[in-house]
Amino acid sequence: MPVLWLILIVIALGGVGYFLGRGRALGSAGGDARRLHSLPSYYGLNAALSAGVPALLLLMGWLLVQPLLIDSRVSGMIPDTAIGEGSNLSLVMSDVRRVAEGLDLAVQQGAITAQEAGTLSPETTDIRELLGRVGVALGAEVRPEVLTAAQRYRVLSGTGRWLMTGLVLALALGGLALALARTDKDFRARNVVEAGVKALLILASTIAILTTLGIILSLIFNTAEFFRLYPALDFFTGRTWSPSFGGGSELGILPLLWGTLYISLIALLVAVPIGLFAAIYLSEYASPQVRAIAKPMLEILAGIPTIVYGLFALLTVGPLLVSVFGQGGLLGVNWMQGGTAVMTAGLVMGVMLIPFVSSLSDDIINAVPQAMRDGSLGLGATKSETVKQVVLPAALPGIVGAILLAASRAIGETMIVVLGAGAAAKLSLNPFEAMTTVTAKVVSQLTGDADFASPEALVAFALGMTLFVITLGLNVFALYIVRKYREQYE
Amino acid sequence: MTDLSANQPRRGAPAGRTGGSLYATDARTRRRNAAEKRFRLYGMVAVAIGVAFVIALLSVILLNGTGAFQQSFVTAPVYLDPAKLDKKGARDIEDIKKVSTFGYSPLIDEALQTMLAERGIDSTFEKPKEYRALLSASAAAQVRDYVIANPGRIGETVEFRLLASSRVDGYLKGRVTRDSIARDKNISAAHLDLADAMVAAGMLRKGFNWAFITGADASESRPEQAGMGVSMLGSLFMMLVVLGLSLPIGVAASIYLEEFAPKNRFTDLIEVNISNLAAVPSIVFGILGLAVFIQFAHLPQSAPLVGGLVLTLMTLPTIIISTRAALKAVPPSIRDAALGVGASKMQSVFHHVLPLAMPGILTGTIIGLAQALGETAPLLLIGMVGYIASNYPQGIGSGFLDPNSAMPAQIYEWAKRADPAYYERAWGGIIILLLFLMTMNIIAILLRRRFERRW
Repeated sequence: MPVLWLILIVIALGGVGYFLGRGRALGSAGGDARRLHSLPSYYGLNAALSAGVPALLLLMGWLLVQPLLIDSRVSGMIPDTAIGEGSNLSLVMSDVRRVAEGLDLAVQQGAITAQEAGTLSPETTDIRELLGRVGVALGAEVRPEVLTAAQRYRVLSGTGRWLMTGLVLALALGGLALALARTDKDFRARNVVEAGVKALLILASTIAILTTLGIILSLIFNTAEFFRLYPALDFFTGRTWSPSFGGGSELGILPLLWGTLYISLIALLVAVPIGLFAAIYLSEYASPQVRAIAKPMLEILAGIPTIVYGLFALLTVGPLLVSVFGQGGLLGVNWMQGGTAVMTAGLVMGVMLIPFVSSLSDDIINAVPQAMRDGSLGLGATKSETVKQVVLPAALPGIVGAILLAASRAIGETMIVVLGAGAAAKLSLNPFEAMTTVTAKVVSQLTGDADFASPEALVAFALGMTLFVITLGLNVFALYIVRKYREQYE
Repeated sequence: MTDLSANQPRRGAPAGRTGGSLYATDARTRRRNAAEKRFRLYGMVAVAIGVAFVIALLSVILLNGTGAFQQSFVTAPVYLDPAKLDKKGARDIEDIKKVSTFGYSPLIDEALQTMLAERGIDSTFEKPKEYRALLSASAAAQVRDYVIANPGRIGETVEFRLLASSRVDGYLKGRVTRDSIARDKNISAAHLDLADAMVAAGMLRKGFNWAFITGADASESRPEQAGMGVSMLGSLFMMLVVLGLSLPIGVAASIYLEEFAPKNRFTDLIEVNISNLAAVPSIVFGILGLAVFIQFAHLPQSAPLVGGLVLTLMTLPTIIISTRAALKAVPPSIRDAALGVGASKMQSVFHHVLPLAMPGILTGTIIGLAQALGETAPLLLIGMVGYIASNYPQGIGSGFLDPNSAMPAQIYEWAKRADPAYYERAWGGIIILLLFLMTMNIIAILLRRRFERRW
């Protein structure tokens, strides 16, 4: 039975439970709702939640755990000899799953009977041809070990499915029966339902923790796997980046880190002065009318997706810069060979960060108490002197925090550098040269048909880990500074 | 303070001015006033630069992208020759289907040749085949689809509106020039002469390009055929997943944190987690999606379901933060009044606070959705690029589970292709994407305006 049907049945049971529970409660009070402990709908909700929630939670848990158990049971069946040269267990297992899926499909379409699927052997039938007919294309002939493993996989997952369906339905019916049995006019239905709802609310709020946990675990496991294949020291100190999927790649992170930092630096050099001055002007000088127009205008920049900036860098800014700094350009200097360069990506990223810096600084400048400004102006300082000598020093920690947050944004930005910065990993000082970044390499190592077990693909997780640690560190530090500053004036 | 000395005579000041009139500014005051003006000017310049960037960005998008909404078409009567399309003459649909597009191309070539001859347009081409560069490679498929749908019209002459090739289209839009095709083997200057003559004769003209909005992506060599339709559906299904998961989960989490959570280690942990997740680079969420949903849970690669799940995790912090702000904005007196007349805590929240906070929550959700709609980086990692999204999903289940693209991923895909005709499509795609984002943001603003309450 497909999972979707199971879910619908459980939900339907819950719906039926609502009316049964409500009716039963009213019945026990002789139709007079005033004699019930809680409102009638709470009795209904109690029955509905008891039927639905545990069953659906079990279903979710089962769906997560079953493939893991089956995988470990089946992969034990595959002898080491069956794992060919240049292959590994996970590749063979994906073959097994594919064959099992193909057999399921063949049974569904009536190409073979369910019994045949369990007893097929490669000597008597051409499995590849058979599966090809039902639309599952296989790369190579099916080996006998893989076929027996696939048949075992089918049997196990088939029983698992039946067991799951049975248990989930039993739990739903059991919950419903229990709730109905407990329903009478003195049952404190509201308290039970509210406790249940509160548990669900807590469950929802733990999703944030689960996400962080998921990120950290998926990064750590794969990074550890990478460091088993490639020495960590070489990764962190290597000065060349030349992955080759044939083996013998050099995967040093330094050129990527340099590219990332260089581009971020240029972006900040663009964004910080413009953003900061814009924030000062808008909060200290501008009339309400100017502010009402200019602030949303700047914030448009924040709402534009990064892919648009990437295209802007690739197709507009890059060629523009080449026509100025490139061969035969306006300056006649020939510094720039192609449109993709550190400068291209840095400038565009700077534009993207302007509203980020300006709106954060704006908030912080506005948080400086008016009394401090009045004091300074009362002593005869001009407005700019007040800003420079009173407001900015008071807001400085917050502004530093804002700049750090912007830096973390710049380091983690992907689309602009994928499209605008180029693909060559270089350690160079020339800002008109193409360089690449950590994020761009995460994308290029994980897209395409790479084998996920090779160091060339796994390196992306190590890069992601580095990126995560750097940006997390910057964020925590920035939030710490901002928070500490805010408390000063509250 | 240095400013205290401002009104006192200074040694550097001109002698006659010492203790002079307040109406005449001395050198120091002038300098200070100049500094003031300069500072003000810096601010104005900074704002102006920012606004100039906005204008430049939008005008570049409009300038480059509007072309994608226009497409050149050749109107030509094609004789559907029964001798070639249905040799047996039985009008059996299976027989007709056996004729591949290669069987249709000569018919179209001949149609063009005869039409040009009728209009008295000279051409230097000798073989009918040479006309082919004027038309899209999809023309034969278009005629074939028509014939299979209307087998009865074999033997008649039917007027078709066929797509012009991307080079001819570019020539009409000014993207392709005679210089730029000097080394292009797909087209020659003679073709462009012919195109000029056809425009003059009214056979070749530009029209609104519905296929760009509703159509599917096309292969690398047929930019004239590529459209956003399929990837828009992909984005739609992704947004359904995001909305269906992140709104209930986000609201539930915010209610707990804002209304019920005691102040302890556990809730502190959750709060720190949420604020950090909001700042994690989006590509890291892509890595998470790849490792957890695809490698670990074996969900289908490139499916909008997986994309939606990843984007849900990404937008949850945004939604939680804005929902909490909306809940916080409901004054405590509402809660107190509800509790005072005997409601439980849960009833006061669900019956009174939540409905009052709903406009704020919806505004935050729409803004979160808009953010998710434009996000590209995580989609690259879960495989929503790198292939041609040419199939419309068949039904709801297939929409969630079959490989598809998404609008930003489609734009990225086009930006990477070598043919400059695709750049125009990419800019056009951006216009569509920005229109969606603009609509969502305007709805959010209107919601806020309409329902915002000052307590």
